[in-house]
Amino acid sequence: MFSQRHLLGIEELSPDDITAILDLADHYAAHNLKQNKHLDVLAGLTQVNMFFENSTRTQASFEIAGKRLGADVMNMAMQASSIKKGETLIDTALTLNAMHPDLLVVRHPHSGAVKLLAEKVNCAVLNAGDGRHEHPTQALLDALTIRRRKKRLHRLTVAICGDIAHSRVARSNIFLLGKMENRVRLVGPKTLMPSGVDKLGVEITDNMREGLKDADVVMMLRLQKERMDGGFIPSEREYYHRWGLDAEKLSHAKPDTIVMHPGPMNRGVEIDGTLADDINISVIQEQVEMGVAVRMAAMELLARNLRRQGAA
Amino acid sequence: MTLTLSNARIIDPEAGTIRDGSVIIDNGLIAAITSGTPRGEVIDCGGKYLAPGIIDIGVKVGEPGERHKESFKTAGLAAAAGGVTTMVTRPDTTPAIDSPEILDFFRRRAAESTPVKVLPMAALTKGREGKEMTEIGFLQDAGAVAFTDADRPVADAKILQRAMTYACSTDALVLGHVQEPVLSRGACMTSGAFATKLGLPAVSPMAERIQLERDMALVEMTGARYHADQITCAAALPALERAKAAGLRVTAGVSIHHLTLNEFDVEDYRTFFKVKPPLRAEDDRLAVIEAVRTGLIDVISSMHTPQDEESKRLPFEEAASGAVALQTLLPAALQLVHGGYLDLPTLFRAISLNPARLLGLPGGRMAEGAPADLILFDADKPFILDRAQLLSKSKNTPYDGRRMQGKVLRTLVSGRQVFANP
Repeated sequence: MFSQRHLLGIEELSPDDITAILDLADHYAAHNLKQNKHLDVLAGLTQVNMFFENSTRTQASFEIAGKRLGADVMNMAMQASSIKKGETLIDTALTLNAMHPDLLVVRHPHSGAVKLLAEKVNCAVLNAGDGRHEHPTQALLDALTIRRRKKRLHRLTVAICGDIAHSRVARSNIFLLGKMENRVRLVGPKTLMPSGVDKLGVEITDNMREGLKDADVVMMLRLQKERMDGGFIPSEREYYHRWGLDAEKLSHAKPDTIVMHPGPMNRGVEIDGTLADDINISVIQEQVEMGVAVRMAAMELLARNLRRQGAA
Repeated sequence: MTLTLSNARIIDPEAGTIRDGSVIIDNGLIAAITSGTPRGEVIDCGGKYLAPGIIDIGVKVGEPGERHKESFKTAGLAAAAGGVTTMVTRPDTTPAIDSPEILDFFRRRAAESTPVKVLPMAALTKGREGKEMTEIGFLQDAGAVAFTDADRPVADAKILQRAMTYACSTDALVLGHVQEPVLSRGACMTSGAFATKLGLPAVSPMAERIQLERDMALVEMTGARYHADQITCAAALPALERAKAAGLRVTAGVSIHHLTLNEFDVEDYRTFFKVKPPLRAEDDRLAVIEAVRTGLIDVISSMHTPQDEESKRLPFEEAASGAVALQTLLPAALQLVHGGYLDLPTLFRAISLNPARLLGLPGGRMAEGAPADLILFDADKPFILDRAQLLSKSKNTPYDGRRMQGKVLRTLVSGRQVFANP
């Protein structure tokens, strides 16, 4: 049984927790194809999306998920608001807490900030990405996509490629795929490989052809130019030449491999545009679709625990 | 006035011994160490340890500029309760202590408000900006005992070279913070699997070695008297060893936090464990303890850095660095004694004798004629640290809730009691 109070990271989840979310998400993925999508699962609950960092896709996904389940959803664009006036994160949290939200979706540029906030509020907190730490719903939607395509979520070889150092998506995926007993390979230039990552139970290579060999899943990451404070790569064209995904490099993976990307993509930098659009190989659109389902499932499970707590 | 501390276990860091006896104090100085008859007023030490008071190099007091974090009064109370009889203070105040006028103000405030001795260090460059050297001569005349830009390394080698050369003419001591600034920029953890898992910006301990190697070369070039404030990793030790073997006038310190905590203590982004340089791996901690034991690292200090709740209740990357430690330095260091890493005379060599030698002070010794700056302590008394009980105005200690051993019973400065455990 899923008994978490918050969804702060994959690291805190058990394999059973992960399976519980994915099973419910499967149900919502089917539901989302219906014409009438409205449900009352979260009716009466207030969901606040607090994004201290720009986001279009994730915020939209959480908003749609909440609305489909009948929650009252409010978006707060935090870059523009009180932090500019010098208010601390904790004061913002306390102010918001006084308005009694039930579900708080938070994205913040600093690692650990979402956990700090969760310690100060009474509602359930969902981490929508904190610094380069975790992005749990992204890893869950990736897992759901893989499970639906590969019919299982264990004993797969998954290559995660590109900018590992700046990626919270990579960290959450490393934890999740490891917990579900998959073989994880990290592929990318040494400058984008964080120190000590080999101790997290993954294989590491800086050669794409080696890294992609016999991979069931190829997960490309966005080159996070905005998080870089100096030259990690000599140029985008050299990066594309050595680590950009194209048909030739992909030919080293299994014939039935799937290509994933958390978006937004830099076409021609980390991935060839044609490949990204090839519906036989790329599951990028499906990832977005699964995102809504996974977020509906996660919010429903947290809301159940909230209600149980309220009743007790 | 004559006073006898009788029935004590006397720690002599110079001789490296512990022996039973009495210490007779006359006119603020140690008059005799004896097993004979007491004179004057007698205090029975009950067989507890008597040692030279701690001389703590690198204490930050919040004056001027941050009195809400720590005043001379609260720092003095904490020091006395912690067995620190001399605070050697840092100039990283607001404004920085970089002119004789500011130093005068600082010394006057210190004299009014603290029961322990205060010896100020001054900035090496104006505003600690690393651009122009301060008036080293005037500042020395005004009482500065050493020169440092505290936690800001002087990035420009030419400026440091000139300041060191100038410092030689007055035989001034220069303290360096040995962290290569460009590599360290933005980092708040030591690089490795743990920092990667937390997703925090991190720096390799090599940044310490690089800066130390540079500074050693500059010392060789200029002949300056130099102290590296904190050596915290194994990678930096060979450079220090080479410099000492070559006869350079070089010493090194380490903070008590780097000797008793490691990177894993940060756990879930606990900002009270954010210090500068960041806490290291366990192997580094052990290597540095060993260097203290052999004497390669000369000095242990508290690196007392008061920060209020507001500066610490922030996401880890944004939170302020530093921890208060005047009151916890001794019990934390005694952990190393109880753990069998150091013996008591070696510990007091690092917290009393060597700091005195470094600064040319008469204290730090258990010898006739030395100032009677003494502490009486129970090395075994167990307690659980409650940060609310600390006397510092700021309570940012990493040891909150920790089981510790060792309590100061009495602190004497120039023969006068400034603290007694109730």
